[in-house]
Amino acid sequence: MRRVILGGLGLGLLAAAGLVAAQGALSINGAGATFPYPMYSKWFDEYHKKNPSLSINYQSIGSGGGIRQITEGTVDFGASDGPMNDEQLKTYQEKHGSAILHFPTVLGAVVPTYNIPGVDATLNFTPEALAGIFLGKVTKWNDPLITGPNQGVSLPASDIVVVHRADGSGTTYCWSDYLSKVSDEWKTKVGKGTSVNWPVGLGGKGNEGVTGTVKNTPNSIGYVELIYAEANKIPYGNVKNSAGVFVKASLAGVTAAAAGTAKDMPDDFRVSITDAPGKAAYPISTFTWLLIPAKFSDNAKRDALKGFVSWMLNDGQNFTEALSYARLPKEVIAKEKKALANIQ
Amino acid sequence: MATTSTSLPGAGSRSFLLRLREGDEIARLFTFLFAATVVLISILLVLELWHGSILPRHKFGLAFFRTTTWDPIEGQFGALPFIYGTLITAAVALLIAVPLGIGAAIFLAELAPARVSDTLEFFIDLLAAVPSVIYGILGVFIVVPLMRQFIEPALKSTLGFLPLFQGPAYGVGFLTAGIVLAIMVIPYIISVSREVLLSVPRDQREAALSLGATRWESTWRVVVPFARTGIFGSIFLALARSLGETMAVAMVIGNDPKISASLFAPGYSIAAVIANELAEATSELHTQSLIELGLVLFLLTFILNGLARILIVVTSQRGAGTARA
Repeated sequence: MRRVILGGLGLGLLAAAGLVAAQGALSINGAGATFPYPMYSKWFDEYHKKNPSLSINYQSIGSGGGIRQITEGTVDFGASDGPMNDEQLKTYQEKHGSAILHFPTVLGAVVPTYNIPGVDATLNFTPEALAGIFLGKVTKWNDPLITGPNQGVSLPASDIVVVHRADGSGTTYCWSDYLSKVSDEWKTKVGKGTSVNWPVGLGGKGNEGVTGTVKNTPNSIGYVELIYAEANKIPYGNVKNSAGVFVKASLAGVTAAAAGTAKDMPDDFRVSITDAPGKAAYPISTFTWLLIPAKFSDNAKRDALKGFVSWMLNDGQNFTEALSYARLPKEVIAKEKKALANIQ
Repeated sequence: MATTSTSLPGAGSRSFLLRLREGDEIARLFTFLFAATVVLISILLVLELWHGSILPRHKFGLAFFRTTTWDPIEGQFGALPFIYGTLITAAVALLIAVPLGIGAAIFLAELAPARVSDTLEFFIDLLAAVPSVIYGILGVFIVVPLMRQFIEPALKSTLGFLPLFQGPAYGVGFLTAGIVLAIMVIPYIISVSREVLLSVPRDQREAALSLGATRWESTWRVVVPFARTGIFGSIFLALARSLGETMAVAMVIGNDPKISASLFAPGYSIAAVIANELAEATSELHTQSLIELGLVLFLLTFILNGLARILIVVTSQRGAGTARA
């Protein structure tokens, strides 16, 4: 019996060793944001096909986890839906003696979704209406702030049930970042972050939790990622952008928002593109970033990762639309290619 | 094994090596180590939680337990709404699950034919093995709509004068979380209580019957009190499960850190907020406050378990049976 077990163990070890050898010499580990995970796994898979000797492993543990792990040095790169703040950058700098760089990869958007019995029309939302609803000040669907831009739609006098994400998420970061920009009251009372202190509402877990609650609750409104809404055929409303146009979220609208801010893009790419200028820009859009150390101790890993990023900026962008992600504008790609030289 | 234990009486006089060769000492050492691990893990857990929550413990002190604001952006963290939600949902769950569970166990152990009892036991064990996320999904898709459309309006129109059953019916909230928890813990109560009831010695029943008791009297007056300790054990198991349940609760409680008298209102539990926010907690204070919540949950379970033990001691002193089944 014992011999059998030992034999089995030996075989298992051999098999494991074989697997490691087959995976090739170099393996790079990353962790972070869940929102771009389908895109990243597609990219890493495609890139591995081109470069069989390199495999990139990615754990989608959340943006917060990604920032924590890259700061701890337990992964080779991180990923986040919100840029690292100054304090986090300082912590990294103190710990590693070098900087961490942000590289935008794709774009996403967040859309308001609602369930009002008897209303099939696509509603128009002004920033004031959205902020008012989520602050708990606009409480009825027939409030003038909502009916104003929706002439011809008969909205009921029912109480609005607000639904938000309960789990910390980049989606909430984007949504609260937008509300902070369009409403001073939101900015001072609530602020922006992956989890915030919600003035009103029910918390749903994940995009599916918010969607489920909105679907189940008459007269409710929530927010979900554009990709999620598209994939699950969830109706969503138009939002008025800074140029005064009501825009329905689309991949082109998101890329337009990014292009609108490209001129003033800071060198570290840590920029919010919510409420971006431009007639076509969808205002609740965001970049998602790779977090890459400026200094690598392992040259092979550095070169491999640089190789991947430059492939991602060229050929990789062609995979985005099939997965409903918005591609980066040309201006941003050009700027990122230059920034790649900063990785040493 | 049996042969070695029969040669034990002279153990003290025999050499250590001899005993070692017979395996007794080795077995003793190993089993002791295994038992010690349990204690060690608990201690390490508390230490780790204690060290991991330095920032909020220093910043908020005891105010952490009394304040109600949970604002990750302003860095204000208070645990009270989460403690409240955890206790209320567990209380609702036990209020529903204990009578149902024990009633079912009595039927299965005492009244049902053995074949029916064993078949049902199979299904009960199956229920106990269902992952909690499944209960959460059932909760979201079945319990929540039922609550919103039928149960909560019905409760409101009949018992609406009580503050417990007032306010808008969202479907999610303390009551729904309690009901889903009850569904989850009933199998534990039934399964353990049934085993305990079945292990009550036959002569206890026979004695009661021979004294002229009816079958129900013998069950209710003799068998159930005899098995009391074990039944309490099943309830504590259910309580522990209710306090710590994460996924199913997070899906139906509404995730809103507020304290409301109404059971219809959305709330939050400790386990749910940890699961929801830990992965994306970006500031150190936020992460550590969540870890301190973990410590609070540990203490809560510890205190409630302690109270439970005292309850057992007190009740078994004045009862007839002290069966430690």
